[in-house]
Amino acid sequence: MSVLRVANLCVVRRNRPVLRDVSFEINPGEFVGLLGPNGAGKTSLMRAALGLMEAQGQSSLANLTAADRARAVAWMPQSREIAWPVPVERLVALGRIPHLPGGGRLPPKDQEIVERALARMDLGALRSRAASRLSGGEQARALIARALAQDTPFLMADEPAAGLDPAHQIGTMQMFAALAREGRSAFVSLHDLGLAARHCTRLILLADGGVLADGPPDAVLTPDLMARAFGISVWHEHTAAGPVFQPLEVL
Amino acid sequence: MTKLMTGLSLVVPVLFLLSLTLGPAEVSAGDSLAALFSDDYGPLSLVMREIRLPRSVLAVLIGAGLGLAGAAMQGYLRNPLAEPGLIGVSSSAALGAVFAINTGLATGMALGLPIAALAGALIGVGLVLLLAGPQGGSITLILAGIAISAMAGALTSLVLNLSPNPFAANEIVFWMMGSLADRSMLHVWLVLPFVAVGAVILLRLGRGLDALTLGEDAAQSMGVNLNRLRLMLVFGTASVVGGATAIAGAIGFIGLVVPHILRPFVHGQPSRLLWVSALGGAVMLQLADIAVRVILPTRDLKLGVVTALVGAPLFLHLIYKTRKGQG
Amino acid sequence: MRVWRCILFAALLGATSGQAGPTRVVSMNLCTDQLAMMLAAPGQLASVSYIARDRRASAMADDAMAYPINHGRAEEIYLLKPDLVIAGSFSTRATTDMLRRLGVPVVVFEPGYALDDVPARILQMGEALGRQQAARALVAEFETRMASLATQPTRRRAALYSANGYTSGQNSLAGQILEAAGFANIAAELGYSHSGVLPLELLAMADPDVVISSRPYARASRSEEILAHPIVRDLTARQNTGEMRDADWVCGTPHILRAIAKLQHLHIGAQALSEGIQ
Repeated sequence: MSVLRVANLCVVRRNRPVLRDVSFEINPGEFVGLLGPNGAGKTSLMRAALGLMEAQGQSSLANLTAADRARAVAWMPQSREIAWPVPVERLVALGRIPHLPGGGRLPPKDQEIVERALARMDLGALRSRAASRLSGGEQARALIARALAQDTPFLMADEPAAGLDPAHQIGTMQMFAALAREGRSAFVSLHDLGLAARHCTRLILLADGGVLADGPPDAVLTPDLMARAFGISVWHEHTAAGPVFQPLEVL
Repeated sequence: MTKLMTGLSLVVPVLFLLSLTLGPAEVSAGDSLAALFSDDYGPLSLVMREIRLPRSVLAVLIGAGLGLAGAAMQGYLRNPLAEPGLIGVSSSAALGAVFAINTGLATGMALGLPIAALAGALIGVGLVLLLAGPQGGSITLILAGIAISAMAGALTSLVLNLSPNPFAANEIVFWMMGSLADRSMLHVWLVLPFVAVGAVILLRLGRGLDALTLGEDAAQSMGVNLNRLRLMLVFGTASVVGGATAIAGAIGFIGLVVPHILRPFVHGQPSRLLWVSALGGAVMLQLADIAVRVILPTRDLKLGVVTALVGAPLFLHLIYKTRKGQG
Repeated sequence: MRVWRCILFAALLGATSGQAGPTRVVSMNLCTDQLAMMLAAPGQLASVSYIARDRRASAMADDAMAYPINHGRAEEIYLLKPDLVIAGSFSTRATTDMLRRLGVPVVVFEPGYALDDVPARILQMGEALGRQQAARALVAEFETRMASLATQPTRRRAALYSANGYTSGQNSLAGQILEAAGFANIAAELGYSHSGVLPLELLAMADPDVVISSRPYARASRSEEILAHPIVRDLTARQNTGEMRDADWVCGTPHILRAIAKLQHLHIGAQALSEGIQ
């Protein structure tokens, strides 16, 4: 049973086709990285798949009711909005909104989930700081933790690693990979091909409004596909320390 | 948070009693309160029941409504500058009320006045959301507010000046500044259903407003129906502000000052801010209404004078902070 | 030809009043309108203000129908080619100044603040119109009727209450009308000598025997809403005086005699009522 099934998805914005006939499926245990140059339609694809924007075609998530969808998938948008100076702890607890009838104290079970999310994103020391006054990277971690606290079988995040320091970039990717090993799934857009090579179980490469490649990292991060999608040359080797991927030059 | 709620809940009845004992007629506090419950005090009983009681009740009711409406609008627009008075919702409501009074709609139909004010407020909120919806920044919001206020103010003046009633032309001050003087229990019964219905609607928006802290996309993905939220917000705000303005004129700044002061106490969480802002709004309007009576006991000093003297500097401070935040 | 007629007319005027007056007079104030209509020679008064025709404010609305009206604008008044303009001291300064610059003589009348002002204003109008004799006659008639109206004060307590909670004390025309009719004005008890806002609460606490108010305008206003407040409504309902204050009260002219007479009538009624109760 897949967590997301997208079939023939088309998105048109201002009379300009953004996505054409995109189809794929994400299964439990997969950590899928979504790659593609700027303007390839990564964000549109994720939002359309969630039913947050107008699209033709099928998406299993878009068909759900809002309440069911909120229990099926957690979404971390690219714009890292934190409108009010809410303490990190409470911000993360917002992830419990779909599961609670409203207001009041968090039940112990939910509090536990929030604690786990805080620990996973290394936010223990920041828990009582006002989230809106944290640095950009810290905010991103808090927002990922918020999505984790939604405790859904599937997690979608739009460039969660952007702006994080290297340690937290790696930590975040390892966290997604760990979720996948637990049997959940993650679908994450990113620009850091090196991180994608090392941590994702599968990559979808988007270019010119369509899926250019879809498969394990080795099958997608080929010099030929990289040249076609990004116009760059690359160095990609399997080393004793795992796969290493480095973009080299613009072609 | 609970301490704050308890504190505010205690202050409201204390101020209520204080307000009941204040008035140009110099009567001891004990006598005035006793006269409220006994017919033995002659005209004082009448004064207490028909003048001071409605005034005190309206201060609580309208203050709570305005505080709540401010907190809800700010939560939805994610902007601490959103306030019914400043963004033209109150002036639109006043326009509706003036229209109802001067066309005879208010005299022809018991609920004509508040309904017309509600309709005015609906147009006001609708325009604000249209022009400066959640994606619009502070500047758009303030500009939209200026435009809507100016338009509503001009139309209000026009209606009042066109009125064949010679007194009408001088009433613009009341509609712009607001007052609770010389209202009767009839007015309480007129405004109560509108503020109550609006408040119930707004108080139920807490979850959605909390989720909106993270932006529209995140809120939607957490199961919040944004269209429904928007509709409830518009109607709830219009009902509260319309009802309040129809009876007391446009009282500004309460919805700005109260949530701003109380936000740190609830750790910025919009849902928790709703209840405390309602209580805080009641406290602030009670204080303002006590102040106008202490400063000028025998004249009708407008409430907006006091609320603006407190609120305008705070508003400037907020604009300054917002500017720094952007720059 | 026209010139000759004017001279003839002026001569006639001179014969009756002893002095030649202006021949084309425009009044732009409700109260000067009325004085002028009472005193002017036929054809002398060229225009009165539009308010003179308003039954609510003008005690001579019917008489005013015979005159062309003006709206107090410099342009329209100048085009009427007046040789005298009579304005009230509340008329727009800009208008009267403009007319003076254009070479039109303007006389400004103070409003009547007291009963004693009535003869004075009548005589002043007589002066302005060159109708001194008519003015003296009117004053004599006014004073005779005033004397015959004199009542023994029984000091029933009354209050004047109008839109926005305004009351009038002894130094106002309305206050003096009230007193002339034998009432004690509660404004004096409360320390109001002139006009001013009387808080509703103080009115209720003073508990006057009679509250005299005016009929609200047809189109409602918030200012008049106070007259519908339960407390005011109860007080005016005692003697049915809610709509009693009318056009006769507005200006310091002999019409205030009518207002006083009506009040006296009420006064006697109120007395009878209270005696009946006792």
